[in-house]
Amino acid sequence: MIAHAIFFYVFSVIAVVSAIMVTVSKNTVHSVFFLILDFISISCLFIMIGAEFLGMIMLIVYVGAVAVLFLFVVMMLNVAQQKNQWFVSKDSSRHIPIGLLISVIIFFELIIVIGGWKYKPDLFNSTKSSLENGVSNTHSLGQVLYTDYIHVFQISGMILLIAMIGAIVLTFRQREGVKKQSYLKQISRERTEGVEVLEVASNKGVKIDD
Amino acid sequence: MIDIGLGHYLTLGAVIFSIGIIGIFLNRKNIIVILMSIELILLAVNINLVSFSIYLGDLSGQVFTLFILTVAAAEAAIGLAIIVVYFRNSGTIRVEEIDKLKG
Repeated sequence: MIAHAIFFYVFSVIAVVSAIMVTVSKNTVHSVFFLILDFISISCLFIMIGAEFLGMIMLIVYVGAVAVLFLFVVMMLNVAQQKNQWFVSKDSSRHIPIGLLISVIIFFELIIVIGGWKYKPDLFNSTKSSLENGVSNTHSLGQVLYTDYIHVFQISGMILLIAMIGAIVLTFRQREGVKKQSYLKQISRERTEGVEVLEVASNKGVKIDD
Repeated sequence: MIDIGLGHYLTLGAVIFSIGIIGIFLNRKNIIVILMSIELILLAVNINLVSFSIYLGDLSGQVFTLFILTVAAAEAAIGLAIIVVYFRNSGTIRVEEIDKLKG
């Protein structure tokens, strides 16, 4: 129990500090690195409380794909010249106090909800798809994912397909002046338009218009 | 303090959620950091779902965390594509200078 507490506090302190650093860091590349640190510590927490499959999937999806996507975009857009100090102009920093106020209010509301949960722990008990002993996390997740939640699973696949098509369509552009091979043009070439027979007068040569 | 329960994980989720919202409001730099704050908010929601799933003994929370992960990845891809197109058209992604809609 002591080890559980120690690991929880270590990982959650790292997660909170790196979440703060994501928002306040001046360099965007550093923000991406702190985001990666945040995801790694949260997935360690997931593995620690027994959701191993989700922890590993978080590592693969977030650290392996999403964070690298962010890094690519940050490098591609040359944000080094975009960075600036905080609160540059007066009228643009006008909404910051009310934003902070709203965030603090949301935080205290969430804390109140958690406290209310603590005093009424038997609010709901579920019988469907409960966690069984002796079956690994991945095994039980697979058993419900492909049976009870098969439609949601297929819809999430459709969402990924739509996201892929959308990203390609948004960023695709036809460039001017790029020479490309056109198969249709090549195979539909005829002998009559490719070859021409000319009478060559002596001492004059042939002038080819090209 | 020593006995880690559901409340500790929910508090961690609440803290990270609030940091994400503060990051959206506080941000005066480029819009990529706003997308990262949205990822933080989704991460806080995932923490809540997983901790409820473990402490209540119900597997549905973990299944829905998986779907939230999918949606978050799709959202990051689309959002970054929009940012790339915007940068290509206007040459800046600073939050103050994005005022085409006059909002």
